[in-house]
Amino acid sequence: MVATMEKHIFTVTKNAALAPNVYEMQLEGPGCAARVPGQFVNIALDGLYLRRPISVCNYDGRTLTLLYKVVGQGTRQMAALGPGRTLELLTQLGNGFSLDVPGRHMLLVGGGIGTAPLYWLARELKARGREVSVVLGFNTAAEIFYTEAFRPHSDRVLVATMDGTAGTRGFVTDAISRQGLSFDYFYACGPTPMLRAVSQALSQPGQLSLEARMGCGFGICMGCSLPMADGTSKRVCKEGPVFRKEELAW
Amino acid sequence: MVTTRTHISLAGIPLDNPVIPASGTFGFGAEMAQVYDLDILGSISIKGTTRHPRYGNPLPRIAEGPGGVLNSVGLQNPGVEKVISEELPRLRRLFHKPIIANISGFSVDDYAWACERMDGEEQVGIIEVNVSCPNVHDGGMAFGTQPESAAAVTRAVKAVTTKPVFVKLSPNVTDIVSIALACQEAGADGLTLVNTLLGMRIDLQRRQPVLANKVGGYSGPAIFPIALRMVWQVAQACSLPIMGCGGVATAEDVIEMMMAGATAVQVGAENLRNPLACKQIIEDLPQAMDRLRIDRLADIIGAVR
Repeated sequence: MVATMEKHIFTVTKNAALAPNVYEMQLEGPGCAARVPGQFVNIALDGLYLRRPISVCNYDGRTLTLLYKVVGQGTRQMAALGPGRTLELLTQLGNGFSLDVPGRHMLLVGGGIGTAPLYWLARELKARGREVSVVLGFNTAAEIFYTEAFRPHSDRVLVATMDGTAGTRGFVTDAISRQGLSFDYFYACGPTPMLRAVSQALSQPGQLSLEARMGCGFGICMGCSLPMADGTSKRVCKEGPVFRKEELAW
Repeated sequence: MVTTRTHISLAGIPLDNPVIPASGTFGFGAEMAQVYDLDILGSISIKGTTRHPRYGNPLPRIAEGPGGVLNSVGLQNPGVEKVISEELPRLRRLFHKPIIANISGFSVDDYAWACERMDGEEQVGIIEVNVSCPNVHDGGMAFGTQPESAAAVTRAVKAVTTKPVFVKLSPNVTDIVSIALACQEAGADGLTLVNTLLGMRIDLQRRQPVLANKVGGYSGPAIFPIALRMVWQVAQACSLPIMGCGGVATAEDVIEMMMAGATAVQVGAENLRNPLACKQIIEDLPQAMDRLRIDRLADIIGAVR
């Protein structure tokens, strides 16, 4: 899938908190936001020199949904934007998930805000007749979001919390092993330590969506270039953010 | 859009306009060719190239500041042989004007080696010698912070090429004029002023530097007045043509750089936040010239003494 970056003005239609510091923003705009699940948009914000890369949670050709966690200046500014406000986006960035994979049963593993890009992915996989299991990890029950949104697009949704206040106590890997889930292929997005653990714990093939501090987001600055298992390097923004498990030097 | 109003001559090479993407902010051109027609540009300074392939520094390599970006990429490039065999042929199909080959090294020999290889490439119009990268140890900026070593690199590359040699200098020095004069005496054909300013950011939560390399080079509009001042200072003391570089983001910035003494102007960090930056600047230039009653850009070079 070769996507071409575009620059568009999108208008916020909805922006609401889902959980402490986690927001869902919906936008509409004149151009294509993303071609495939797993791509991201890069958002220009007032007074900040660099754009903020945010993965696409859902896109139906009209409404773009972004989930983001307030972690700094940029996301704090986003949280304050009401309906009608406009944002300049670079769209269709990154490679996105490959849906053309072997097997019948797909496992989707999300950690915290890394849950976001898995939603559109679940929708597409389910629509293609795959069995879809979703495992989402959070710190505590109060921080859980989007588990209900996944239900229509999956066969089961499991939760793990670090403090055991909901679902399995522990990591997503604990939930997967304790539930004895059998699956053919996995997709994962979340904090790097979680991705590492998932990658090591699961023997099945899979794809992982990474994050990195980016300069440009479209492949020209080499700011997010990551060493690969084969000795080459790849740009998280351009050849990624989704990599096959065996590509990563973990 | 080609108008004679924006024509300039850079060390004998005619450019349709003075706008040139700066090395390291435009890759080798292929990604940007999907965004706009590269032939609108005056020239392109390609990603800094070294004798051997380099991965560069560990991640994170990017941080932000007010009006700028801090990077510690560390000269990631596939090495001069692969640049010549793969990147230059690809760029030749996308950009049909002379390019600027940016060269870096870790010894005087490294510089001479890479320059000699680039000397054989017809599409290379100018060799830009980077003695000012702040992100590599035992090389890069180490050569550009002393007049003697900057002159030594200049002499070594001049000995192996007949193409015009521009030396790209560091702003991280007490007296840039003395280094500029040393390069001039050593035979440089021009200067690029300036590379990034050494900077740092700290992650307050982690109590650690944001960059894995701890420090990096700062660029963007925040450094424009500093770069402009250095272009002006050197232009007063030196007779070499200058490519002004540092925080240029608008057509007015281009004009300001030229009034300070730049013959051509490089656009760097702005390409990262706005992929259309160079295109917009080139399109805005004629109107900005009208507003400022500038007939030809060549007339204003060094207008401010």
